[in-house]
Amino acid sequence: MDKKIKQNLGFLLLFICILTTIFFLGIIIYFIVARGFAVLSWEFLTQVPRKAMTTGGVAPAIVGTLYLTLGAMVFSIPLGLASAIYLSEYSPKSVVVNIIRISINNLAGVPSVVFGLFGLAIFVKYFGFGVSILSGSLTLGIMVLPSIISAAQEALMAVPQSYREASLALGATLWETIRKVVLPSALPGILTGVILSIGRVAGETAPIMFTAATFYTRGYPDSVFSEVMALPYHIYALMTEGVHPEEQTSIAYGCALILLILVLTMSVLAIILRQRQRSQSYYGT
Amino acid sequence: MLEERIMPLKRELIEYATLVENMIEKVIKGLMENNKNYPLEVIEKDEPRTDRYEVDLDEKCIWILAQFQPMAVDLRTILMMLEMNRDLERIGDLSASMSRSIIFLIERPQVKPYIDIPRMSEIVQTMIKDSVNAFIENDSQLAREVFQRDKMVNGLRDQIIRELLTFMSSDPSTIERSFHLISLALDLERIGDHSTNICEDVVFMVEGEVIKHLDDKNKDNSKE
Amino acid sequence: MELKTKIKVRDIHFYYGQTQVLKGFDLDIYKNKVTAVIGPSGCGKSTLIRMLNRMNDLIPKARLEGSIILDDEDINDPKADVVELRRRVGMVFQKPNPFPKSIFDNISYGLEVNGIKNRRKKEEIVIQSLKKAALWEEVKDRLNESALGLSGGQQQRICIARCLAVAPEVLLFDEPCASLDPISTQKIEELILELKKDYTIVIVTHNMQQAARVSDYTAFLYLGELIEFGETEKIFTVPKNKMTEAYLTGKFG
Repeated sequence: MDKKIKQNLGFLLLFICILTTIFFLGIIIYFIVARGFAVLSWEFLTQVPRKAMTTGGVAPAIVGTLYLTLGAMVFSIPLGLASAIYLSEYSPKSVVVNIIRISINNLAGVPSVVFGLFGLAIFVKYFGFGVSILSGSLTLGIMVLPSIISAAQEALMAVPQSYREASLALGATLWETIRKVVLPSALPGILTGVILSIGRVAGETAPIMFTAATFYTRGYPDSVFSEVMALPYHIYALMTEGVHPEEQTSIAYGCALILLILVLTMSVLAIILRQRQRSQSYYGT
Repeated sequence: MLEERIMPLKRELIEYATLVENMIEKVIKGLMENNKNYPLEVIEKDEPRTDRYEVDLDEKCIWILAQFQPMAVDLRTILMMLEMNRDLERIGDLSASMSRSIIFLIERPQVKPYIDIPRMSEIVQTMIKDSVNAFIENDSQLAREVFQRDKMVNGLRDQIIRELLTFMSSDPSTIERSFHLISLALDLERIGDHSTNICEDVVFMVEGEVIKHLDDKNKDNSKE
Repeated sequence: MELKTKIKVRDIHFYYGQTQVLKGFDLDIYKNKVTAVIGPSGCGKSTLIRMLNRMNDLIPKARLEGSIILDDEDINDPKADVVELRRRVGMVFQKPNPFPKSIFDNISYGLEVNGIKNRRKKEEIVIQSLKKAALWEEVKDRLNESALGLSGGQQQRICIARCLAVAPEVLLFDEPCASLDPISTQKIEELILELKKDYTIVIVTHNMQQAARVSDYTAFLYLGELIEFGETEKIFTVPKNKMTEAYLTGKFG
């Protein structure tokens, strides 16, 4: 067959694949938007649920999701960043370090429900925090730790070695070099990883099922030891335990829509950041 | 950077050329004024100075070639400076040779009035001066003009020799003195030749054209 | 003017794992002179220069025997302050490596890590350093712009100014013009000739004419040994060693 025809056929095939992907993505979005849009309103976003979850709003769930996400990040960002810095900058490049790195990556593959079980056993039961924001944040934090470490490590390793050499040759210590040259340079990459993680954390159900979430709270959480409502769990609960399926289905879709918007916003933010970082480093080429 | 290194060398070359011109003027003056001090000075003080100039310019030119590997006009300039160095040194040697003849002649009566020798000397001095100027100013026109005067110098040499031959054949007592006078004329003519060498070098440096060994008439033609 | 030795390298052996890179020689680096280190690829010249500010410490498998004495102190003494050494002995690398920061922040980086925080003082020193690096006129209106927006030659001069800001005594140039065009190369060479009045300079270069143009003394290294050392003019016109002559005339390397 003529080379040109083969090539065009190949490209056509690829194009069909992309179309298929976009198609499915589009369907999902359409699906959720179509069914959830009707429910969306200012009331929906700011009011507590009333009448056995058939009307009112899902504000507590939104707030709960926000607290859990915040808690998870507060726990995992410093820990993850510090680990990444240690692994990338301080530890000697040896077999041991490579094993550690591989192990961390593997941790990312553990199913989220397993994290939930882990959180239940350790935080809820053993430490006695009970089903609470604290337990949920810690569980989510541990779940997302590997991806933060990975993203941060990658960003740190992408910083050219020549910057470090230049800094050290001027009489800076390794820590000063990290603080003043490597970290600032790696920051966009780290931020990108963090932002994507936020999207993930907000949408996870299994880790918070046994550790933090509950179907109904009267109002808003009083302390870090309270249980909370959370959007992903709320969707699950409405669809499985709700007694008024007609109204509650739409509410579920409404929650799904909010989650979707949240995750998409995070992704878009990450993309913008990445673009800005790319255009900055073009100066050098 | 190369510019800054070539400039002082050019200046040094001018100094060298001026010294050599003065040597010729001095010895002829010594001849005309019957003053032995002049030629003695040339032999004892001036000639050693020319040797020092030669060695110094050599070293500096060679070092520039090693450092810069100059190209095109810069390359020709350095190479021509090395050649001019050589020519000036030869002129210096010839002046010393003239000094020795003149010292002999000063103590003795003149065979004939000295007219042509001083004339040759003047022309030759202007040739040196102008050939070096042509180098400094990158003026190949001027260089080509100097060739004309060489013809005059050659003519004067021939004339002197003819005259002195007649003297020698009629009066044997003049032979020794005539011999030295002819020697002077030959030396002056050779000095003129070295000046034309310098001019050929200047033309090569400026125009890139090699005019060595061409007939005299071709040398006068300016490049179109 | 008396010749003083700024750095004494004595019986230096350097190992990278099992491989011996420098095989035992002495070398004197004279104060306020430019010493060039030349030799074919792999002869150890980069290794040698990186020993002078202990940048080889960053290589895990590196091992050193022998001594390097700066003024009167052995720089490899366990009690020696590496950070201070690197302030006193600055380095300019083969590929210009300004930080992805503004021009001002690049030059003042060394000041910050060496404890100078006062804004006025920093400004003063930054201006001075840029002037010494012959870059002031070109960048004085854009000190807050990214250093990465400058041309290669300008970036290299930023790196030089960055070194100068911390008031070093010795400057190490590791093939500084290798990635620059001829005009930038010339500017840097002129700069080096200016700088040697105030600093001791060591330059590694694979460009022999550059070594001839810029240096007062030249060391020729081959396979980790010092084959010949002497005044540059002598080495390049009448080398004493046959190998030196072979290298200079392009027979190998």
